Amino acid sequence: MSATTTTALPGQKPPGARATRARSKRDGLTRRDARDGLILVAPTLLVVVVMVFLPLAWSFVIAFQKLRLVNIGSQGLFEAFTFENFALVLGSKELWSSLWITVLFTAGSVIGSVVVGLIAALALRKPFRGRTFIRASMLLPYIAPVVAVTFVWRIMLNPSFGIVNSVGRDLLGWTDPIPFLTQKEGMLGILGAQIPVPTALLTVIAFQIWRFFPFAFLFIMARMESLPAEIEEAALVDGTTPWQKFIHVVLPQLLPVMSVLVILRTIWTFNEFDSVFLLTGGAAGTGVASIRVYELLTVQQNVGAASAQSLVLAALLVVALGVYAAILKKSGSRFE
Amino acid sequence: MTTPVRTRLTSDSIQRAVLKIARPMTIVVLLIVCLLPFWYMFVLSMRPIEQLLRDPSRLWLTFDELSLTSYLKVLLPTSEGGQGFGTFIANSGFVAAGSVLLALALAIPGAYAIARLPFFGRRQISVLFLAAYLFPSIIIAIPLFAVFTRIGLRGSLVGLILVYAAQTIPVAIYMLRNYLESVPVSVEEAGLMDGLTRFGVMRRISLRLSLPSIIATGLFVFMIAWNEFLFALLFLVDRPAQWTVSLGLSRLSGAVEVPATVLMAGSVVLTLPIVILFFATERLLTGGLTAGAEKG
Repeated sequence: MSATTTTALPGQKPPGARATRARSKRDGLTRRDARDGLILVAPTLLVVVVMVFLPLAWSFVIAFQKLRLVNIGSQGLFEAFTFENFALVLGSKELWSSLWITVLFTAGSVIGSVVVGLIAALALRKPFRGRTFIRASMLLPYIAPVVAVTFVWRIMLNPSFGIVNSVGRDLLGWTDPIPFLTQKEGMLGILGAQIPVPTALLTVIAFQIWRFFPFAFLFIMARMESLPAEIEEAALVDGTTPWQKFIHVVLPQLLPVMSVLVILRTIWTFNEFDSVFLLTGGAAGTGVASIRVYELLTVQQNVGAASAQSLVLAALLVVALGVYAAILKKSGSRFE
Repeated sequence: MTTPVRTRLTSDSIQRAVLKIARPMTIVVLLIVCLLPFWYMFVLSMRPIEQLLRDPSRLWLTFDELSLTSYLKVLLPTSEGGQGFGTFIANSGFVAAGSVLLALALAIPGAYAIARLPFFGRRQISVLFLAAYLFPSIIIAIPLFAVFTRIGLRGSLVGLILVYAAQTIPVAIYMLRNYLESVPVSVEEAGLMDGLTRFGVMRRISLRLSLPSIIATGLFVFMIAWNEFLFALLFLVDRPAQWTVSLGLSRLSGAVEVPATVLMAGSVVLTLPIVILFFATERLLTGGLTAGAEKG
C-alpha cells in the first residue's frame, strides 16, 4: 500500500526544519491522495454502477414481479410483488433438464479447455524456431469473432457439403453423414456395442474447448516461463524421469494458476450464450441455461420469469464456486 | 545393484523417446486444429458455390476457379444487390473505436487510483468490479433494454458504446492496475517532490511509463467490442442500418438463398481486421493480458 508513508519513516528523517516541513507536506499529500483517489475512481465507478449494478438490482426486483415484455418501463418499480415467477421456474421440468445440460456443458468445456491448454503449454515449453508464430496461431480461436467461427464450424460439419462428413465418407468409410449439430442422440459403435451419445451437446462442447483452450494455454504458458529453473535442475540431477518431473515438480507449481483458470472459465461457461445460440440455437439437447433465459425473454416475453431463472442460476453458481473454493482451501492447507 | 539403475534408465529413456515423437506431433495436430477452420473459411470464400458442391473435400484453390464474386455480393450496398457489409464495417469500427476511447478514459484514472492511492474502499472496489462477471450478461440486458428504449438510446450505436465500455472496464482496470503497480514508486515520489501535483505525476510520469499496457488494453477492448454479438442482437436487430458486422453476418444465415461461400466471405470480412490487428501486436497484447499471472 502506502509507499508514501514508508519514505516518511523516522530513520530517513533529514535534519532540521526542512524535515518538519517535508513531513507536514507529506501528511497533507496522503490526505490529498485519498481525496484524489476518490475523484479519479468516481467516474469509473459511476458508469459501472449505472450500467451494470443498477440493472442487476432491477432484475432482482423484476424477478419478484409479474412483468411482460410489453409492460416493461410502464409498470411501477415496486408494484405487484409475487413469488409466482419462482414457482413457475422451479416447478418446470425444463429448468432441471436445462440445468443438467448446463452442468455437463460446463464441466466438459472447462476441464477440456484447461487440459488441452496445459498440453499445448507443455508442448511449446522449450524454445524453438517459429515458436512465437505457432503460439500466436494457437490463440486465433480465442480472439476471432464468435459469429465467424461458429459459421465455419457449421459449414464444416454440414451433412451435405461439409468437409468433415465428406472426408468421413471418402476416407473413414462412414455410410451416412453425421448431423453433428442437429442430432440429439446418436449411436456410437464401440467393439460391437451400441452406445448412445449426445451428439450435438458433445459437438458444442468440442467447439467450446477449441475456442477457449487458448485462454488456459496463454496463462499456463506465462506461469511456466516464470518457474524457477533450479528446482527442475535439482530434479534432473536426482535422476527423475520426465513423467516424475512433470507430476512432482512442474504440475504442483502450476496448480494455483490452473485452479484460478477453472474458476474463471466455470463462471463464463456457465453463462455462455453466443456459442450455443449460434451453433444450434439451443436445439437438439443443447438448451443450456442462458438459452432458456433468452427464450423466456423473447419467445414467451415473460421478463419476470427470465429474471427469476437467472437469479436461481446465479445462486447455484455461487454455491458451486463456494464449495470449490472450500475444497481448494482444504487441500491447499494440507499441501503446506 | 545394477538392476534398479538399469530399469530406471530404460523407463527414463523410453519416456524421453516417446516425448521426442509426441511433442512435435502434438504441436502439429494442435496447429492444424487451430488453423484449419480459418483456412477453410478463406478457401470457401474464394470458390464458386457450384465447385464446392461438386468437390466438397478439396482444401486448395485452383487458378481457374478463383473468384471474388462472394466478396462483391457481401460488400456491395443492398441497393446494388449486395448485403451492405460496407455500412456494417463502418458501424463496427465506430462502435469499437468509441468503446476503446470511453473505456480507457474511465479505466485509466480508476486503475491508477486503485494501484496507487489509499482511498477509502479501495480493496472492495476491485472485488465489486469482478462480481459483475458472475451474472449472465443477458440479465443485465433486460433492464438496459427497457431504459434505453425509454430514452431513445436502444437503436443507436452510442448506446452500444456505453454498454461495451461498462462491460470491459473491469478487465481494463485489472490489466492496467497490474502494470501501474510495477512502475517504481520512487519515480513518482521524485515528481511529487519536484512540485508536480498528483494528477501531474499521473499524466506525465506513470501513464507515459505504462504506455505499452494502455495500448494492449485498448486493443483488447477493441477486439471485444468488434466481436460482440448478444447486445448488438438485442438492441439493434430491428435497425438494419445500424447493424454491426457480427450482427449482419448472423442475420445472413437466417436469410434464404445465401450460399455458404457468401457466408464465408462475410466471415472473412469480420475476422480479417481482428487477425491482422492481433498478429501485428501479439507480444504487446499477450504480455498485457498475462501481466501479474506470472506471480501465480
